[in-house]
Amino acid sequence: MNQPARPPFVAALAEAPLPASGVAWLDKARRENLDAFVAAGLPDTRVEAWKYTALRALSQRSFAAGDAQALSRDIDPALLALAGIEGPALVFVNGVYRADLSMLDALPAGVDLQPLSHALAADPESLRFTLSRHYREPGDAFARLNGAFAHDGAVLRVAAGAKISVPLRLVFVGAAAGAEIAWHVRHLVELGEGAELTLIEQHLGAGEQAHLGTQLGDVTLHADATLHHVGLQQAGAGSSLVRRSHYRLGARAQTHLHALELGGTLARHDLRAELVGDAAGFHGHGAFLPDGRQHMDIQLAIGHQARNTVSSSTWRGVASGRGRGVFRGAIVVNTGADGADAVLGNKNLLLSPQAEIDTKPELEIYADEVKAAHGATVGQLDERASFYLRSRGIPEPQARTLLTTAFARAPFESLASERLREHIDQLLLARLPA
Amino acid sequence: MLKIENLHARVEGKDILKGLSLEVKPGEVHAIMGPNGAGKSTLGNVLSGREGYEVTEGSVLFEGRNLLELAPEERAAAGVFLAFQYPVEIPGVNNTYFLRAAYNAQRKARGEGELDSMQFLKLVREKLKIMQLSPDLLNRAVNEGFSGGEKKRNEIFQMALLEPKLAILDETDSGLDIDALKQVAEGVNALRSPERSFIVVTHYQRLLDYIVPDHVHVLAGGRIVESGDRSLALKLEEHGYAWVAEHGEPAGASA
Ligand SMILES: Nc1ncnc2c1ncn2[C@@H]1O[C@H](COP(=O)(O)OP(=O)(O)O)[C@@H](O)[C@H]1O
Ligand SMILES: [Mg+2]
Repeated sequence: MNQPARPPFVAALAEAPLPASGVAWLDKARRENLDAFVAAGLPDTRVEAWKYTALRALSQRSFAAGDAQALSRDIDPALLALAGIEGPALVFVNGVYRADLSMLDALPAGVDLQPLSHALAADPESLRFTLSRHYREPGDAFARLNGAFAHDGAVLRVAAGAKISVPLRLVFVGAAAGAEIAWHVRHLVELGEGAELTLIEQHLGAGEQAHLGTQLGDVTLHADATLHHVGLQQAGAGSSLVRRSHYRLGARAQTHLHALELGGTLARHDLRAELVGDAAGFHGHGAFLPDGRQHMDIQLAIGHQARNTVSSSTWRGVASGRGRGVFRGAIVVNTGADGADAVLGNKNLLLSPQAEIDTKPELEIYADEVKAAHGATVGQLDERASFYLRSRGIPEPQARTLLTTAFARAPFESLASERLREHIDQLLLARLPA
Repeated sequence: MLKIENLHARVEGKDILKGLSLEVKPGEVHAIMGPNGAGKSTLGNVLSGREGYEVTEGSVLFEGRNLLELAPEERAAAGVFLAFQYPVEIPGVNNTYFLRAAYNAQRKARGEGELDSMQFLKLVREKLKIMQLSPDLLNRAVNEGFSGGEKKRNEIFQMALLEPKLAILDETDSGLDIDALKQVAEGVNALRSPERSFIVVTHYQRLLDYIVPDHVHVLAGGRIVESGDRSLALKLEEHGYAWVAEHGEPAGASA
């Protein structure tokens, strides 16, 4: 029988050498992930999770596996500065840990933060459960790819009861390289019982590049832990970034996520939260702003598995130019998750006739005494508000910027750090010029 | 200052203003009264340049310039101000930021220097006192969560801040209790000057006890059907708008 020809994307990576770990179970897991990736290839739009994001163009491109010069790429330190926030930071360039750019010497007590490459060398066994996972869904191509090739990333553990007041940063930089490359990072975050942490995750671009980056993250919160997670995605123009984050929350554990998506030509972000302990809560807030020819696809899936679990999510989309946005928010309240409370809202704004946003809230309930509400809208700028501003003398372009910024900023009003709020305001204003 | 001649305007394919003429001289206060649906708000919207209000005939001169060819923001900078019948809530836009942006945009358009945030705050505090508005309204979003009365007083506060040459107050009195009404009237009276003119649109003559007009007009069926002095308002109060239909010219369709 004739095998259908592999698209260039798959063919290039099928032949690429896997990173060697010297750890038998890990080498095996990587091989299995690669085999699974090659066998299934990239999903097409018939796969529900990829319905609005066509990978045809991507599948025709070929990327080299990794950047051999990642350790010597020049990165302007100014790029890495963030609103005067100092403190521990792990910096990765094209998927590789850069000790010279990172800050690890002032770790607060109770924090164990190290690059995955170091953690693997020191104690691979502690990572076995997560790193030998298989990805079996039809839409899992990038998770398999990441499982095969990711050899660096971050491992972050916070001891039970430790309340960490300094924010920790994970910074992922895509840097110009000779060829188009594919890089992959993996992160594992674990908060012990009652631990508290603020984690800032940044994606940045340095120079012209059309790389593919994938990121796979597992975040586990044990009972009573609290995580404030801030994601600022400003990947370089031209790049493709496919991310997936799994949150697993124990009893009464709370995650507060604020996620801003600004960069990349293709930016996909899967967020999956499993509320496995009673009264666990996931509070997600985000905005995505596709402009030009950017395509941004946010897939939020929340699973209520235990009693009295709470989820509240608000995402806002603003599409301009020929920007295309996708938001899928799925809430499943499983059998036994009685007393769950789930709210999901997604409002979107189209600023040009060529812009498009598809939004799809989904709700499945199999438990009793559940409170659930979800809604989604797509609209244009409020003409009455715009006229009100103009009637007071504010020129039309400035009125638009004011209204658009106000709209996109709303999800971040609950962000505790005033510095970060102001920083996000600046990013939004810069993005939506008057 | 303002000269409206034979103004015809259409909204969503429907003729609303049908030959309205009105002249306002510097320093004058004109009251426009009329039944619901007469076209009072339409006049305010046309004068301030709202999209969707199509002028099909007639002219509007403001200080000798053709007002109708200016964008809303240009009209504002030229000195036209509309106090909205229904002020718009704008979530996420901070009131102080909005006011300063408006104030400075107008000054810039007129070639005047802008105020920095300290200078501006000082000015705002002075004006707030006049309207007896609580300073914490400044930190809220524009009109968001304001009570009906606060919204109306906020309009007059904005007027006091922006110091327009011509202010159009669209039913600023409706929904106000007597104390709030007096405050609004005081705010307006404090701004009266030989150079500044007002068009006070109202459904009731009550407001005119506090803002004493130089002229009173009755707008019905899209045109001015009766003009007079203050006593006209009292007659209206006594006899109702039906009296106008009998005594004025045929008013055409009146909603
Ligand atoms: N934006 C609009 N869209 C549709 N119809 C309108 C609009 N504005 C006004 N109208 C119509 O024009 C007429 C006059 O309305 P308006 O000027 O608001 O009257 P008034 O302020 O005197 O009560 C009414 O029949 C109203 O329905
Ligand atoms: Mg009206």
